[in-house]
Amino acid sequence: MEIEIHVIHYLIISTVMMFCGIYGFFTRKNLLALLISAELMLNATNINFAVFNRYLFPDQLEGHFFSLFGIAIAAAETAVAIAIIINVYRNINKVLTDDISELKN
Amino acid sequence: MDYTIFILALPLMSFLLLALAGMKMSHKMAGTIGTLSLGTVTALSYITAFKFFGAERIDGVLPTSTPWNFLWLPFTESLHIDMGIFLDPISVMMLVVISTVSLMVHIYSFGYMKGEKGFQRYYAFLSLFTFSMLGLVVATNIFQMYVFWELVGVSSYLLIGFYYTKPEAIAASKKAFIVTRFADLGFLIGILIYGYYMQTFTFTPSEEQLMKAGMVLPWALGLMFIGGAGKSAMFPLHIWLPDAMEGPTPVSALIHAATMVVAGVYLVARMFPLFIGFAPNTLHIVAYVGVFTAFYAASVACAQSDIKRVLAFSTISQIGFMMVALGVCTATNPHEGGLGYMASMFHLFTHAMFKALLFLGAGCVIHAVHSNEMSAMGGLRKYMPITHITFLIACLAISGIPPFSGFFSKDEILTACFSFSPVIGWMMTIIAGMTSFYMFRVYYGIFWGKTNENYEHHIPHESPIAMTLPLMILAGITVVAGFIPFGHFVSSNSEIYDIHLDTQVAVTSIIVAVLSICLATWMYARPTQPVADMLQKKFSCLHRAAYKRFYMDELWLFVTKKVIFRCISTPLAWFDRHVIDQFMNFMAWATNAAGETAQPIQSGKIQSYTMWFLGGIITLTVILLLH
Repeated sequence: MEIEIHVIHYLIISTVMMFCGIYGFFTRKNLLALLISAELMLNATNINFAVFNRYLFPDQLEGHFFSLFGIAIAAAETAVAIAIIINVYRNINKVLTDDISELKN
Repeated sequence: MDYTIFILALPLMSFLLLALAGMKMSHKMAGTIGTLSLGTVTALSYITAFKFFGAERIDGVLPTSTPWNFLWLPFTESLHIDMGIFLDPISVMMLVVISTVSLMVHIYSFGYMKGEKGFQRYYAFLSLFTFSMLGLVVATNIFQMYVFWELVGVSSYLLIGFYYTKPEAIAASKKAFIVTRFADLGFLIGILIYGYYMQTFTFTPSEEQLMKAGMVLPWALGLMFIGGAGKSAMFPLHIWLPDAMEGPTPVSALIHAATMVVAGVYLVARMFPLFIGFAPNTLHIVAYVGVFTAFYAASVACAQSDIKRVLAFSTISQIGFMMVALGVCTATNPHEGGLGYMASMFHLFTHAMFKALLFLGAGCVIHAVHSNEMSAMGGLRKYMPITHITFLIACLAISGIPPFSGFFSKDEILTACFSFSPVIGWMMTIIAGMTSFYMFRVYYGIFWGKTNENYEHHIPHESPIAMTLPLMILAGITVVAGFIPFGHFVSSNSEIYDIHLDTQVAVTSIIVAVLSICLATWMYARPTQPVADMLQKKFSCLHRAAYKRFYMDELWLFVTKKVIFRCISTPLAWFDRHVIDQFMNFMAWATNAAGETAQPIQSGKIQSYTMWFLGGIITLTVILLLH
């Protein structure tokens, strides 16, 4: 039996990824884990862009471009975030969110 | 006449110089700078007067001029405040009076203030005062007049409080400032009404502007008169002037006898055409206030024992004469009801000279015996001949004995009063009699009577030439000033008016004056004064009331402290403290409490922020879905 891959299947995957990201973002305490969760959410949206473009508007390319932009932005964001995390770690030797709640000084 | 700017600029310069660099100068240098600049100003004033009064008349009127005028604060097309110099008969006459008396006081102070601490400061303040007073009289508009009016007020304050270590002097200076300032509030409101309705500050508004003012003009003029009454110590705002005698005596001569206190008279004279044309009833109020003040002050002067206080009350009384003379005018034509204007200005002129002379003479006496009280004096005529003679001349002048100047000016005032109403005429004649009585009481008290036993320890001596020279000059002016054809220079419509004595009035006033002098001689000239003592015992109540100035100060204190402070100020203060302040405190407290409440939200924990963020999104989603 041939399984037809339809929009809904892609969307299920992207939804799962999205909620995994959200769940991770709220529950994990490690800054690197937070970053990975944020990446999951971004990639979930990228999948959505590509899928909607592919199935609903096959003659157009905006969705694909958007996902390309999303990947580029995610890469840049990761670079910045890792730089910050490394600096924080160097300064106070900690990467857990509970330990870096001090706003002053 | 461009040089007239120096009449104002020189005293200002010398004030700035002495105030900024005075402490580095010797006394002599500071005094010389002040006196030299004032000497130049006097010379310039005389030249101005000579040119102005010598100018050819146009239509029988001396041409007025405005050699300097610049726009200072424009509000609208017609409403603007200018600063400038305006020359007309009365302003030029005042220039002469102020510069002459001021110069005399500058010279006199060399002797009187010799070795005094703050000598340079004294001369600086004298320059400031002279500058302000000159600026006041040459003002081109009512607002400039007001600015300089306040400046003379402040210089008067500074000079009364010159001996700032003496509590009485401080109290007196504050009293003078507050009372005159209170009256000036009326002046300011008057000016604002004047400016608001007429859209101009000039002294000579156009017909159209006058039409706009209409019924409001008498009120504006009346309010301005309140300011004038404060400065000129009219009843009941006179209370500051007797206390102002705490200042140095030359200051009393300059400010509180000759120049500043006549500013109110000058103000009424300045607004005279408007008073006559639009507010004759207000002018009558001026007259009645003047009559009452003259009478009140004369009766108080009869009972004072401090010679400067007597002179102060006599000044109040004489200013009352000037006010009455202005108030009894009914027309601008000096031949028909406008005589009082000329009489008032003439009396202002002669009074400035002889009252300055009296004060400077009193200064010599105080300098010699180191006391203001008559009980410390007596029999001084042998020790101080020049002071004695000049003081006598001034007393004769103020009493109205011919040929001294006071006779002529007072006679014109009495004539003007009689032509207005015989009642006022007779009252003023009686007050003139009282004037001669109390002046000769002082004269005999100082120079005659029993020689004071204190002289054995400290022999009084005649003052140095710096002090006697101004006395002699002023005495000379007092002798001849009556023969000045004053009506040729100043009259209500600027046309020539020949002063002619009204025989009936003149004879009556001379008889009254001579009788009063005889009475004073009979009572006070002898070593002991049985009659005066007996009268004092018999009417002790009346004497005490007069000595206490009929309790006017106490009345004011009652009104201010008991009525105004307790019934108005205290509740207002309570309202301010408990309602307004508390409201503000509540606002501050509420803001603070709100901050305290909101503070924990900003925890620094990233995940709590994201929770808020998520909550926000969910809320928005729900709202949008339900919409």
